[in-house]
Amino acid sequence: MDWATLLQILDATLRLASPLLLACLAGLFSERAGIFDIGLEGKMLVAAFLAAGFAATTGSVWLGLLVGIAGSLALSAVHGLASITFRGNQLISGVAINFLASGLTVVVGQSWFAEGGRTPQLGDGQRFEELTFPGATEIRDLPILGSLYSEVLSGHTILVYAGLLAVPLSWWVLYRTRFGLRLRAVGENPAAVDTAGISVTRLRFAAVAIAGVLCALAGAQLSTAEPAAGFVRDMTAGRGYIALAALIFAKWRPFPALGACLLFGFLQALALRPALFQQSFGFSIQGQLLDAMPYILTVIILAGFVGRAIPPRAGGEPYVKER
Amino acid sequence: MDRMPRWADVLLVPLISLLLAAVISALVILAIGQNPWEALKIMVSGSVGSTYGWGYTLYYATNFMFTGLAVAVANHARLFNIGGEGQAVIGGLGVALIALYIPWPHWSLALLAAMVASAAFGAAWAAIPAVLQARRGSHIVITTIMFNFIAAALLNYLLVGPLKPAGTMETATASFPEATHIPSFRDMFSFGETILFRGTPANITFFIAILACLAVWLLIWKTRLGYEIRAFGFSEGAARYAGIGSTKIIMVTMLISGALAGMMAINNTLGEAERLILNAVEGAGFIGIAVALMGRSHPLGVFLAAILFGILYQGGSELGLTLAIPREMIVVIQALVIMFTGALDNMVRMPIERIFARRRARTPLSPPGPTLHPPGRVAPSSTPGTAATE
Repeated sequence: MDWATLLQILDATLRLASPLLLACLAGLFSERAGIFDIGLEGKMLVAAFLAAGFAATTGSVWLGLLVGIAGSLALSAVHGLASITFRGNQLISGVAINFLASGLTVVVGQSWFAEGGRTPQLGDGQRFEELTFPGATEIRDLPILGSLYSEVLSGHTILVYAGLLAVPLSWWVLYRTRFGLRLRAVGENPAAVDTAGISVTRLRFAAVAIAGVLCALAGAQLSTAEPAAGFVRDMTAGRGYIALAALIFAKWRPFPALGACLLFGFLQALALRPALFQQSFGFSIQGQLLDAMPYILTVIILAGFVGRAIPPRAGGEPYVKER
Repeated sequence: MDRMPRWADVLLVPLISLLLAAVISALVILAIGQNPWEALKIMVSGSVGSTYGWGYTLYYATNFMFTGLAVAVANHARLFNIGGEGQAVIGGLGVALIALYIPWPHWSLALLAAMVASAAFGAAWAAIPAVLQARRGSHIVITTIMFNFIAAALLNYLLVGPLKPAGTMETATASFPEATHIPSFRDMFSFGETILFRGTPANITFFIAILACLAVWLLIWKTRLGYEIRAFGFSEGAARYAGIGSTKIIMVTMLISGALAGMMAINNTLGEAERLILNAVEGAGFIGIAVALMGRSHPLGVFLAAILFGILYQGGSELGLTLAIPREMIVVIQALVIMFTGALDNMVRMPIERIFARRRARTPLSPPGPTLHPPGRVAPSSTPGTAATE
């Protein structure tokens, strides 16, 4: 593998990891507050659809993003209603949300655009464009650092950078603010939080809402960021579940989440270039194996062979206030 | 448990949930500018209005019975097997291997072998998540989800590689030999000139599914193992105290569950496609969740819910032919059913419980039994997964 192709792969890694990362952080906030969220996939899908649909009709990608966030938040509200207010099964609610999104996007998409569940192609100005960092063209010829800067780091959409910034931000919120402390506490021991006079319900709804916004960014990245040009049915293609896998892989912590998502993004980038893989490593590997790698790795992690993944203790259980 | 009569628990609550799902589905249909009443008429006539419709309805229902039973059995032990999809995929692999590589003299032997193979393969695929849950405490929901994806990747690999016959472009195995073709409803129920169920995929597997419903009923309510499974599901701690080993129950329950999901492959692979194709399961593993929830994890309930979803599936695909409603409307309805009967169960249940509590308080005829409970006490939640396990 020469330097140029490596740069290409790293560039693709960053691009492919970005929706995973945003969704993974969404799951992080939700699950740290004790609400399991299998519905990451569905929220991404709805946001991807609405963002692309409204970007195409209004011509403004930012407006599209806003509507996408609203749609994702609506699903978050349903999830919160089911799992917090009515103390229902969070897993089942998540499964339902995924199906709802998968069905509604096609039904509504067909009714609005009549293109078999697609949205119209997004042209220039209707999607998030790739930003070129200052000086990227000038220092391209510098060895290693210059090309890393201009080829890999520069030239992504604003959503990719938002995802990268969200990692330290999430860390800061979770570990350095009062809200974060309470949020983590509510996922470990909601009764203690309740005893301190803090509303468990409100905290959990806040966490679920944050997850909704982050999922929407992830969805918008899929459908409205260059080089993508619109929504295709079921375009999330299991990324919500890979994000969930990354979350377990990272043991529910922000910076390891970045690492896990970059790793899974790298695997996806490799899977896109099977020929390259063979030529650089000397043996061919089935693309299917690379596709399955995130899931296999997660099972291995879950099995506890590579360090133990312990979820937030109150995760998945509705909180019933004592009377 | 005594907060409302049994009929309200098994009939009223699911019916109201179903009604809510139907109302929202109707609103969705209205929102895309179609007539929900027309849609309902087409769905009913398309699914149960002819033997052709029934032939598809019962074919789908057979799939859903197996996957629904799979989820239901696991539910009794309070395990959420979300991996029916992957187990059914791998069950199909088992069916394909015995049908392709063993020369069967007669279809009945092939059918028996397919039952064994599909059950064994499905159970094997459920076994790894089960071991991890029992021994290492890995959350079975997550591992079974992961195994769905791994199964899909594995099948994809096999169908573009080793199992693909040379010189074809399709991702499918070769067709199964003539001797393995099991009787379809058309073969079984057409007499002389009158040909019923023409061109439909329903086949003898439907009756195997009914037998499976019976077997699960016997297992859960009439055997010692079933008692242990239910006891474990009700309270893991109490079951352990009573000498019921959690490892054994988790393993056995998941093996049975996986076997049932795998057996779906008899219907879709041996019965319908007569070869192994890539997307044979078509989400039936997930519909099993909805079916088990609707059927309250009871085999009779699963049977009825599976027929209902069969109607929904067949009727839903007719929608796209006459009205401009895409087939995906089924997925929306399915999601709403899962949402209302599963996750939002308490939303329906709580007001009904309150109504019954008030009525009981008003009638002074009843013996002093109900007064044991102070009014306003929170009912023990009856949704799966909410019981305190520690």
